[in-house]
Amino acid sequence: MSIDLSQFIPTFLEESFEGIELMEASLLTLEQGDAETINAIFRAAHSVKGGAGTFGFNHVTEFTHLVETLLDEMRDGRRDISQKDIEILLNAVDCMRILIEAIRDESTYDESKIAATSKLLAATLNDRSPSDERIDEDIHESSIENLSEEAATTDLEPGLQRWSISFIPEHHLVQTGNDPLLLLNALRELGEMSVLANCNSIPSLTEFDGTELYISWNIILLTAVGKEDIAEVFEWVEDDCQLIISKDEQIDKQSLEITEMTNNVLSESVKEAESPASKIVENTGAENPKVASHAQAHKPKVESSSIRVGVDKVDSLINLVGELVITQSMLSELGNDFDTSKVERLNAGLEQLLQNTKELQESVMRIRMLPISFAFNRFPRLIHDLSKKMDKEIELLISGEQTELDKSVMEQIGDPLVHLVRNAVDHGIEATDVRVANGKPEKGTVSLDAYHQGGSIVIEIKDDGGGIDREAVLAKAKERGLIDESSSLNDAQVYDLLFEPGFSTAKEVSDISGRGVGMDVVKRNIQSLGGRIQIESELGLGSTFKVFLPLTLAILDGQLIKVGREVYIIPLITIVESLQTQESLINRTSGGMVLYRLREDNVPVIPIYKLFNIPAENKEIKNSLLVVVEADGQKVGLMVDDLLAQQQVVVKSLNDNYQQVEGISGATILGDGSVAMILDVPSMITMALKVAKTQQETHIMTEEAMH
Amino acid sequence: MDIQTLANEIPVQGEYALEGIDFISTGEQYLTFSLGQEQYAVNILSVEEIRSWEQPTHIPNAPKFVKGVINMRGIIVPIIDLRLKFGIGDAKYSKTTVVVVLTAQHMTKSRTMGFVVDAVSDVLNAEQDDIKAAPAFGGNLAQHYIEGIVNVDENVVTLLNVNALQVIAKQKANS
Repeated sequence: MSIDLSQFIPTFLEESFEGIELMEASLLTLEQGDAETINAIFRAAHSVKGGAGTFGFNHVTEFTHLVETLLDEMRDGRRDISQKDIEILLNAVDCMRILIEAIRDESTYDESKIAATSKLLAATLNDRSPSDERIDEDIHESSIENLSEEAATTDLEPGLQRWSISFIPEHHLVQTGNDPLLLLNALRELGEMSVLANCNSIPSLTEFDGTELYISWNIILLTAVGKEDIAEVFEWVEDDCQLIISKDEQIDKQSLEITEMTNNVLSESVKEAESPASKIVENTGAENPKVASHAQAHKPKVESSSIRVGVDKVDSLINLVGELVITQSMLSELGNDFDTSKVERLNAGLEQLLQNTKELQESVMRIRMLPISFAFNRFPRLIHDLSKKMDKEIELLISGEQTELDKSVMEQIGDPLVHLVRNAVDHGIEATDVRVANGKPEKGTVSLDAYHQGGSIVIEIKDDGGGIDREAVLAKAKERGLIDESSSLNDAQVYDLLFEPGFSTAKEVSDISGRGVGMDVVKRNIQSLGGRIQIESELGLGSTFKVFLPLTLAILDGQLIKVGREVYIIPLITIVESLQTQESLINRTSGGMVLYRLREDNVPVIPIYKLFNIPAENKEIKNSLLVVVEADGQKVGLMVDDLLAQQQVVVKSLNDNYQQVEGISGATILGDGSVAMILDVPSMITMALKVAKTQQETHIMTEEAMH
Repeated sequence: MDIQTLANEIPVQGEYALEGIDFISTGEQYLTFSLGQEQYAVNILSVEEIRSWEQPTHIPNAPKFVKGVINMRGIIVPIIDLRLKFGIGDAKYSKTTVVVVLTAQHMTKSRTMGFVVDAVSDVLNAEQDDIKAAPAFGGNLAQHYIEGIVNVDENVVTLLNVNALQVIAKQKANS
């Protein structure tokens, strides 16, 4: 009976990443004497180590063991928590992440970095506790941790005696109902104890019998009680084992032997890696990194991800499904013998069904929602590192981290946010002396906030730095020829220039930011999520970057429209208004361009049938229906044949089985089972611009030809 | 090695005992279908289902042979008219027009597409030796679509490469 451990590896990875994140977050807040936090960090490290051991990722176990030892010393108060140590630990956490990521991606990692950090850790350990030297030498044998430590303690307290116990049970010991673990625990109560499990006699997998015990133990017990008391512990198993209890004088020699033995055991255990003994060894409480083979871990890369869902969300789902079932049975009963007198009840039932479905949909969507703290969590560390690197004192304020956001949006917004925060620190916050000179507090503040506004979520990245120098941006834009010398722009337009590719006002390029690469990518990423970004800034007081994102990508509110025979969906969020055109407001300018006067705006009209080359009922702008939409600050009027219902639609990708289609962001399935395309307004505008450009070019060519 | 001896060595008991079997062959099975007067075939393992023609939803500015998309149990599946794509026969749609839905692996992900054909004919067993290279004199059909040709009685069946079929040329800019 062997369990395929590899099926649990994804869980291990996920938990490890969570552990690592927790360690990182806690380390940043760690203060002297904060027992709870250090315990939390220690536990996280321990879980990672334990998990890694179970799955045979020995390099992780080895490395984490060092971290754990250092943490253990801090926890026991044997070591002061210094800033330097925290830096080292943060560094070590990074290494752990690299190691785990390498396991996840089945890729290689930079071993030199890991080795350097291990050395640093080992040096730190040596530094303050020379008596623990042996640990550092045999650092990769986690199972002897206690043993060596004990053995190294040369000064015995008076009255205590060191006993060496060799406990070699018969194979059938566990069948008699005895549990060696209980025995060992009983021994532990007598005094301080170190245990070494000897797995030499574990047979190969084919001969292995799960009901037999193949392990023997060497125990060093530091206790005040006599031999009889120790023997009493083993009273019940006396006949089923070989037991040697001896007073231990030559401790050093002994422990060295044991160390050697451990080495053998470990190297052999790697050879016998297929043995399922890991379970048993674990039971003894010894951290023996004994495992299922590495080969098992080499499964194809796991791509599916998982979400942790609160029980309350699942419960509400179950409730709703229950209601749905009731409604269904009511309706089917109604359908059994239906006549016109029951129409009213039918309608009521359908109404209820609608309600149930809506609620169910909302609940299901809520499952995909995660608090934005998942995306915010990485920032304390980022700020910590950046402020060190830039020598700026920076405080990070995070609020609204409970605001919920769709998981897929969350995953894609992480990098743009990092970029914005880096920018805020690098370009936003001034150097300390400048701040003081300007009468600002030395410590700069970067605040992150998230909140809901209408149907979207707003993420604010705010700094109290120097703000954006409007004139500098303008000058730079003129220098680069992005705008004319004469053009006058409002603030929003000026700030928009920052998103031009390659645009940077930083005088010096640092390795953090300033190369001008990125803001355009940030904007593109946000737009591809159906969001937008807005900048507010005041020179000398700071800037605020506001990122507006849709709550979810999976469902959108849409306006169904009809052009010819086709039904399309316009995302409701882009629609400014829908209107019936009046002839007096239609203007034709610059060679056939149609503008519609909407109050003081002139809105270009794009007939959908022309853009998509499809037949339409109505090709005249006069008295037609116009849906005015807005994207990237540009308003256009889409000419449609008919306005149909408004409804929520589930977005399905066309990419999966087909390819990206210009002007279309996806498809959805309507109530009658047919497919309808969802219009991508920004892309439609680009399309229309392209069409106009080709027309102009052809015209210029014919113009030239005429000369 | 003799396939029958091989089959006898496979330890299977009961009703599935492989005695006197004739369905094991070293070759692959192909689903054959007709386009106009011509016979074509695709590997049967890539066939998802065979459905009757229904009017799909038009994709704006798509190539002519892309008829649109349909909803197949919640999945959006594009429909390609092979007759238009290959320029064979008449692209008429009747109740007997058939759509063969094919799935193929592209890199890491699989793609599902429906192909309109005139009729589905048969399942063909083709040993590797039976598959011959198609002569390059070629009709309209580009060589990369063709895996080979197989003689069936007096007729010739062209084996098609599903992966190649599913590649749609980059969408042309609207002009």
